[in-house]
Amino acid sequence: MPAIIEVKKVSKSYTRDSFAIPVLNDISLEVHEGEFLSLMGPSGSGKTTLLNLIAGIDKPTTGNIVINGTDITLLNESALAKWRASNIGFVFQFYNLIPVLTAYENVELPLMLTHLSKAEKKQHVEAALNVVGLGDRMFHFPKQLSGGQEQRVAIARAIVTDPLILVADEPTGDLDKNSAAEILILLDRLNKEFKKTILMVTHDPHAAEKASLIRHLDKGDLI
Amino acid sequence: MKIVKLVFKNAFRHKLRTFLTILGIAIAVIAFGVLRTVVTAWYVGVEATAANRLVTRQAVSFIFPLPYTYRDKIKQVPGVSEVTFSIWFQGVYIDKNQFFARFACDAETMFDVYPEFLLTKNELETFKREQNSCVIGEDIAKQYKLKIGDVMPIEGDIYPGKWEFVVRGIYKPRDKTTDATQMLFHWNYVNERMKKESPERAGDVGWYIVKIKDPSKSGIISKQIDDLFKNSNAETKTESERAFAQSFLASTSAIITAMNILSFVIIGIILLVLGNTMIMSARERTREYAVMKTIGFSGIHLAGLIMGESLIISIIGGAVGLSLTFPLIKGLEQVIPKGFFPVFEIEPITVILAAAAALSIGIFSSLSPIQRALKMKIVEGFRFVG
Repeated sequence: MPAIIEVKKVSKSYTRDSFAIPVLNDISLEVHEGEFLSLMGPSGSGKTTLLNLIAGIDKPTTGNIVINGTDITLLNESALAKWRASNIGFVFQFYNLIPVLTAYENVELPLMLTHLSKAEKKQHVEAALNVVGLGDRMFHFPKQLSGGQEQRVAIARAIVTDPLILVADEPTGDLDKNSAAEILILLDRLNKEFKKTILMVTHDPHAAEKASLIRHLDKGDLI
Repeated sequence: MKIVKLVFKNAFRHKLRTFLTILGIAIAVIAFGVLRTVVTAWYVGVEATAANRLVTRQAVSFIFPLPYTYRDKIKQVPGVSEVTFSIWFQGVYIDKNQFFARFACDAETMFDVYPEFLLTKNELETFKREQNSCVIGEDIAKQYKLKIGDVMPIEGDIYPGKWEFVVRGIYKPRDKTTDATQMLFHWNYVNERMKKESPERAGDVGWYIVKIKDPSKSGIISKQIDDLFKNSNAETKTESERAFAQSFLASTSAIITAMNILSFVIIGIILLVLGNTMIMSARERTREYAVMKTIGFSGIHLAGLIMGESLIISIIGGAVGLSLTFPLIKGLEQVIPKGFFPVFEIEPITVILAAAAALSIGIFSSLSPIQRALKMKIVEGFRFVG
């Protein structure tokens, strides 16, 4: 099976006060369609940076990243934004829902960039919210939901466009044990039942166990 | 959900802040509208002038009189079709606070030269016939509840003594800019009394109003009139009626200019206020913009959201301000004595300027937060702690 994600000799360094700080060193990685990869490592190891590069929200200093045949390092900002809209679903540690929008409206947000009709959008949003088990909380605002429920809304927002890849940055990092377990079960279900390719960054070994593959990063090197 | 709904939700996220900003814009628009109305009211006399009228006055100052004998000489100048004259009578009606213009004029010719003062044929004939009659503008008639046949007693100051005039005509203004607050009566009536009481002042005329056939020849005709009286005891200065009206405003031009500048300064201040609000709003939403960019929203989308929010606030503020300006101007019109501002109305250009100012405020105040949102890298947006 061909790799859906190909990270080829990618290095990334940031410049702070004229000092170059290397974050990733010549990383190469392949992820195949339908895999659930967990990236582990201590703080500052570069796992979030690698996730950001794969999700197309940051650019490598050197190297290439090819997703489903598209070298995203060659895309300009505008093309990259369009590419992200149709290929990537992003789940954040702190949910990052828009507080003035209901759960329904938050999930609908990515669909505003599509040409779907109102009825089609409704169908997609309801389906996504039902998948995460929040069909009955559609019209609740984020502040009316628990942390776990907010994260489930964020997952529904990530999957509503049926993206190729789901990337999750510490999705259980801000949750209690029970809520974290629910989220991990949900991600596992999305991988197994809906065949989503998932990349998850975590430093929690219990969370990483849900993945089919675990890779470790340390000081910018994949080990 | 439509993008407009998101813009509205963002605009009213901090209700108190948005309300106060809208209130600030509304007050600024009201202040702008009132100041501009005062400025335009000040210039209404200039706007009401006619291109085919010249004013001949004493060369030193219009406060010095001209001889009545000049009239026939001016009339002989080629291109002149009619000549009338008047004097500033002033006097006190009821008390010194009741200010409106009172002129002694040539009853025979005045209304030929000023066709914008609309008088019925009957009224005009009666006025011409009766020496102690007067004609008043309809605004004065309304203000003092005067009607035909009423007597207006005037306590003279420049022309001392007690004077009584019978209202024989109430003129209507032909145009919006026509002053309907004047009182006109016979120069002959005043002059006859001067002959008895102050003979040295008899035969004095304040200024001549010269109606010409071709406005394009006003320069030549003015020169010809002034040449007639060169080296005389009372040399003249003839100029267009517009220039004459503007010379009245010259002494107050600094105040008017200051008011004009102030009206735009107010707009500038509120631009900074809304700009500050928008910068704060955009700063608070840095992470949200990063999320939206991650989802696939482009810079154009974010620019639209920010500008839309700014425009909603400025348009609502502008609309509230403008809708309150009209009744306020109406109220002020009732309070301000008619004699000060014969026409005190909000001009269409003021409405257009206020609306354009509100729109400009909306657009310009969003530029800085838009630039910030566009330049922001997604990963930096997620690191931002507001």
